[in-house]
This record gives sequence, C-alpha cells and structure tokens, in this order.
Amino acid sequence: MVGETPRSTRSQSYLGRLYGALLVLGRVLAYILRRFIAIIPVLLGISLLVFLLLRTIPGDFAIVALGERSTPEQRAALRHQYKLDRPWFIDLEGGNIFDTQYVNFIANFVQGDFGESLKTKRAISTELLKERFPATLELSFFALLIAVGVGVTTGVLAATRRGSWLDAGSMLLALIGVSIPIFWLGLMMQYLFGVKLHWFDLSQRLSNEMLRSFEPITGVYTLDGILRGRLDVTWDAIKHLVMPSIALATVPMAVIARMTRSAMLEVLSQDFIRTARSKGLTESTTIVRHGLRNALIPVITVIGLQMGLLLGGAVLTESVFSWPGIGTWLLEGIKSRDYPVVQTGVMFVALVFVVINTLVDISYALFDPRIQHR
Amino acid sequence: MTTTAQPKADKAAASEEFTRKPRSLWTDARRRFWASTVARIGLAITLFLVAVAVISPILISEKSANERDTRNKLLPPSWLMSAEQRAEASREVEWGPLTRPFGTDQIGRDLFRRVLLGAPISLTVGVVAVLLAVVFGSLMGLFAGFFGGVIDAVLMWLTNIMLAFPSILLAIALTAISNNPESFSYKLGDFISSLPVLRTLFDAPLANAMIAVAVVEIPIFARIARAAVLSVRNQEYITAANALGVPQRRLLFRHVLPNSLTPILVQMTLSMASAITSVAALGFLGLGAKPPKPEWGSMLSDARNYVVTGQWWYALFPGIAIMLTVLGFNLLGDGLRDALDPKVKA
Repeated sequence: MVGETPRSTRSQSYLGRLYGALLVLGRVLAYILRRFIAIIPVLLGISLLVFLLLRTIPGDFAIVALGERSTPEQRAALRHQYKLDRPWFIDLEGGNIFDTQYVNFIANFVQGDFGESLKTKRAISTELLKERFPATLELSFFALLIAVGVGVTTGVLAATRRGSWLDAGSMLLALIGVSIPIFWLGLMMQYLFGVKLHWFDLSQRLSNEMLRSFEPITGVYTLDGILRGRLDVTWDAIKHLVMPSIALATVPMAVIARMTRSAMLEVLSQDFIRTARSKGLTESTTIVRHGLRNALIPVITVIGLQMGLLLGGAVLTESVFSWPGIGTWLLEGIKSRDYPVVQTGVMFVALVFVVINTLVDISYALFDPRIQHR
Repeated sequence: MTTTAQPKADKAAASEEFTRKPRSLWTDARRRFWASTVARIGLAITLFLVAVAVISPILISEKSANERDTRNKLLPPSWLMSAEQRAEASREVEWGPLTRPFGTDQIGRDLFRRVLLGAPISLTVGVVAVLLAVVFGSLMGLFAGFFGGVIDAVLMWLTNIMLAFPSILLAIALTAISNNPESFSYKLGDFISSLPVLRTLFDAPLANAMIAVAVVEIPIFARIARAAVLSVRNQEYITAANALGVPQRRLLFRHVLPNSLTPILVQMTLSMASAITSVAALGFLGLGAKPPKPEWGSMLSDARNYVVTGQWWYALFPGIAIMLTVLGFNLLGDGLRDALDPKVKA
C-alpha cells in the first residue's frame, strides 16, 4: 500500500491521459471488430441453409417462371440463364471451378444484385429497399417505442407502489400480455377499433387517396410526409400505424415491464437509495436519477433481445393488418413459389437479425463496465 | 420397569425436537412450488385443459363438430340471442340459451364443440413437438458439452445459425419445404400422423407444421443442455466416476444427464407454450391443419374474414383458448423455475 505510486501522478500528464484514452478506444474498437468477424461463420451458415432450403422447396423454378405451357427448350434456356444448370458448390469438370450456383448466389447477394421477382417482374432490390424494408422498419420502430415507453413506465410505477392494486393489476396484465397470440389480438383490435368504433382503418399503410397523391422518398411514410411538407400524410400514416404497432408491441411491452419492475425493486432496496432520500432529494429524483439509472442495464438487455423478436412478430402482425412489409412479401413469395423473393427476403431478415443482436451485445459491453472487452 | 423406559422416551422426544425431518432437493422444490400462487394457478389451468382435452373427444364426436347447419350460419352465442331468434333457429331440437354457447361459424357448425375438440389437438401438438425437440436438442447439447472440441464447435455453429432466424420465419420456411412429398420431414409427418392415437388428431400438414416448430425449438434445448453439462462436467463426482473407470456412455447418461435435468424440465414447460402458439400461428397463416380439422389456429384463419363483417365470436373463442393454454404453461414454467432453481429470478 505504502510503496504504491499514487494513481494521480501517472495520469497527470496530458500525453499520458491521451495515451490512456487511445488505449481504451483501441481496445473497444478491437472488440467491436472481433465481434463482427465472429459473425462471418454464422452468416456463411445462414447462406448455406437458405441456399439448401430453396433447393428443397417443391416445384420447378422454370415452370413457375414460364408457366405450365412452356417448352422444355425454353425452360432449359431459362435455367441456363440463371445458372441453375451449374453444379451446387464446386465444378470439377472443366471450366471455372467456382462458377457454381452457391458461389454465384453469394456473389450476387454481396453485390446487391438480387434478380427480379418471378411474379411481379420487378427488381427485388428496389422493392426490398424502397418499399418492404422501410415499411417493416417503421412498424417495428413504433412498436419498440411503445413497448419501451409503456413498459418501462409501468415497471417503475409498479415497483414504487409495490403491493398496490396498480402493481398487481399491471403485473397481471403483463402476464396475460406475454401469453397473448398477437395475430388474435390484432383481429380483436380490428373488430373493436376498426369495425365497431371506426377509429382506425383496418389495414394498409395509407388511405388510398393519400397513396395516389404522394411520392415517397425513403419509404418511411411518417418521415416522408414531414420531408415533403405533407403533414396530412404523416397524420394518416400514424393513424394506420396505431393498431399494428400496439399489437406488435404487446409481448415486448409485457416482458420489459416485468423486467423493469424486478430490476427496480432490487435497486430500490439498496443503501444508496436510502442515502438519497435521507439527504432530502425529492422522491422523483431519487427514483429516476438514482433508481432507474442503475436498474437500466438488465432492462436494456431485455430490450435488445426483444428487438430481434419484433422482426419475427412483424411477420404475423403484417399478415393480420395487410401491412406491405417484408413479412407479407415473404409469405406471398412462399405461397406463389417466387424463389428469388424468398431467397433474398429470408437472407435479408436473418442478416438484419444477426447484425442487431451483435450490436446489442456490443452495447452491453459499452454500457456495463463490468463486462470485459476480451 | 418404568425407570428404564423413561430415559428412552426422553431421548426420542429430545431427538425429535432437535433434528428436523430430512429435506431433499425435491421436497424443498415441492414446498416452494406450492407456496407460489403463480405456480398453483398455472397448474390449475394446465390440469383443467388436460381434463378438457381428455374428456371432450369422449363426449363430442368429430362428426357432430363438423355437422353443417347452413340455415343457422354465423349466429352469435345463443345466450346473447333473443327468445324469438332462438325459436327461429330451432328445427329438430329446441334451442335454449346454451345450445350454441360460442355461436356458429360460416357453415353453421357449433363453435363450442369445435373449440373443445381443439384442446386435444393443440396439447398433443405441443407435447409431441417438445418431446422431439427435447430428445434431439438435449442429445446435441450433451454431446457438444461432454466431448467438446470439434464436435462442440460444429454443433454450436449449427445452433447459432438456427438461432439467427426469427423462429416463426424459420418455421414458415421449413413448413414450405415439407409440403414436398419427397422430403424427409413430409415422410416423418406422414408417419407421425398415422400412429395409433395421433391418427385421429393430426392430418399431414398439421404434423408438418409441428415438426417445423420442433426443429426450431431444438437449438434452445441444445444450448441449455450444453450449459448444464459444462457446469456439471468438472464437478468432483464426475472426476471420481471417471477415475473409477466408469465407461463414457454410462458416465454421460447415468451421471451427467440426471444432474442437468432441472433447467431442461423448466424449458420444456415454457416450450410447450411457445410450440402451441407457433403451430397456431402457422395454422393462422394457412400453413397448418387443413379446414375440417378443428385446430385453433386454422379456425382463426377462417374467422379473420368474418371479423370485418362483425362476427366477433368466431375469432374470440378459439383465441381465448390459445391464450389460456399458453398462459397456463407460462405460469407453470415460471413456477417450476422458481421452485427448482431459486437462484435464478426471472
């Protein structure tokens, strides 16, 4: 103890402090890089799985694309065009050994060349990035907003009024919320708020007359309305968003509320809360600044996990509300055997899912200094 | 005589006072389980549903649940109807307030009977799916955790890939494949839906949906089993057994597996809930049981067209049935976790 150099002298010099900061930054960057390198094998596996899935889905690509009445020559020509006559993984019989179906699939995907839909004949990249993905993104974003806002507030209120009817009632609701099948909840909301009360439209993202008179920019309509100075469009888009985003938010909201409550209860029993109260801080400062801030790490973990689940829930919610996002696109693709659409859509969703989960993982490491960047 | 008996009795009384009855892990767990309201409610709901699932096929024939009555289609629950409306609906039998307690569907079938007959279907789907997932998943996790090295790396790579998809999406994709009569999963589904008891409950598409859901649950069990094995593997009793020359297979199944069981048991209950919802979701999307089957999800799929036209009861009751089932298993699972593993708090 006595012989140890005091910390202050070490970090006193400007250069020393800069060096220390750079060292930490370097470690963090190296950690982030390592996490992203670690997902490469998973991405390869996903691409393999999607590739094999598509080749075991029943039906012949060429027949779906050209129709039942096409000649065998036409079909062969189409297969050749899409390189479906090439071997799957490696070509050992002359030619380029890597000129195979799988390698081409990966190369095209990486270059953003997704081909065109067999059904609509439109370029998949346009439809995916300009329409479907923004639609799903908008829905999931609003759902997350609702889930976090309502969930955290409810959790905090329940924890601070432990044992009250508010606590019991909200936790009962949360228990039911976790168990509700969201496609059924969606149907019931459609009946109550759409058919019975006429508060909201039953489906779609915008009313038809809005859709006709409006040129989107990003595909996120609430944002586009503001960008174009058409607040009526934004308002219409929000009205269409209310029901699907609440339906999608239900399960994450319930999970977040339960987690916030239990984390808050744990923090509120700590000594520093008593200290905060006894030094005369107001109750709200004590709870928010000293309580909630310290309870946030497990809550953030749960929010991160829910973000991935939202993507899955979006498939069902979109189906109920005819929301033209990735989920409905994939379902239509599977039903009409639109292979390029299914292939791209599944790959894309899995990619987004993996990247989100990795970002969430990295963010805990940054939020929680106890997790080492090893 | 009494002098010799007296100290003995004293001794017995004393030992009774100072030693408590021995409590094993299981008695402790049982005590904690019964102390929790959540667990008791969960158990009650689950038992109620099991009772319904067992009794309803005995009392209600599938034929009577599929009986058309086109004159009385889309009627609201009969206790909501006026006496005149009921009189109008009566033909062969007099309609009372409880003749059609859940109303009728688009071809006049009795929704009450159909919802009740959905119980054995959904519960069996859940049980079979979870059993499939638990067997394959725990074996995977057990081998990965026990042998380590390359086996571990490959198996965990596989589970990571599967967990990289939103589960419902993967289930949808897998169901789409198994519509191919050539595929292995279709044959497996065909086999399962031809087994003695299951034959009456499943059709081939439902069995396929169930397999898809089971496959999606596999990685969850693989991870849990692996983690459990890793925590058990380095315990001294395993080292001791190994040193005594117990063969690997016996070590794995007699010593490692039983000690990894509690987390798997808890996850099984929770997976029942998610498997039942997922199969219902597939049915709702039109990828599960086919129409005449009174499966809750495919009933909802039919019902969605009538929500817009105002026949709320058609969608209400199958949905409540799903929710109740899922709630029961979730509560039971939470209760079991708290009882068996008091360290982990959800």
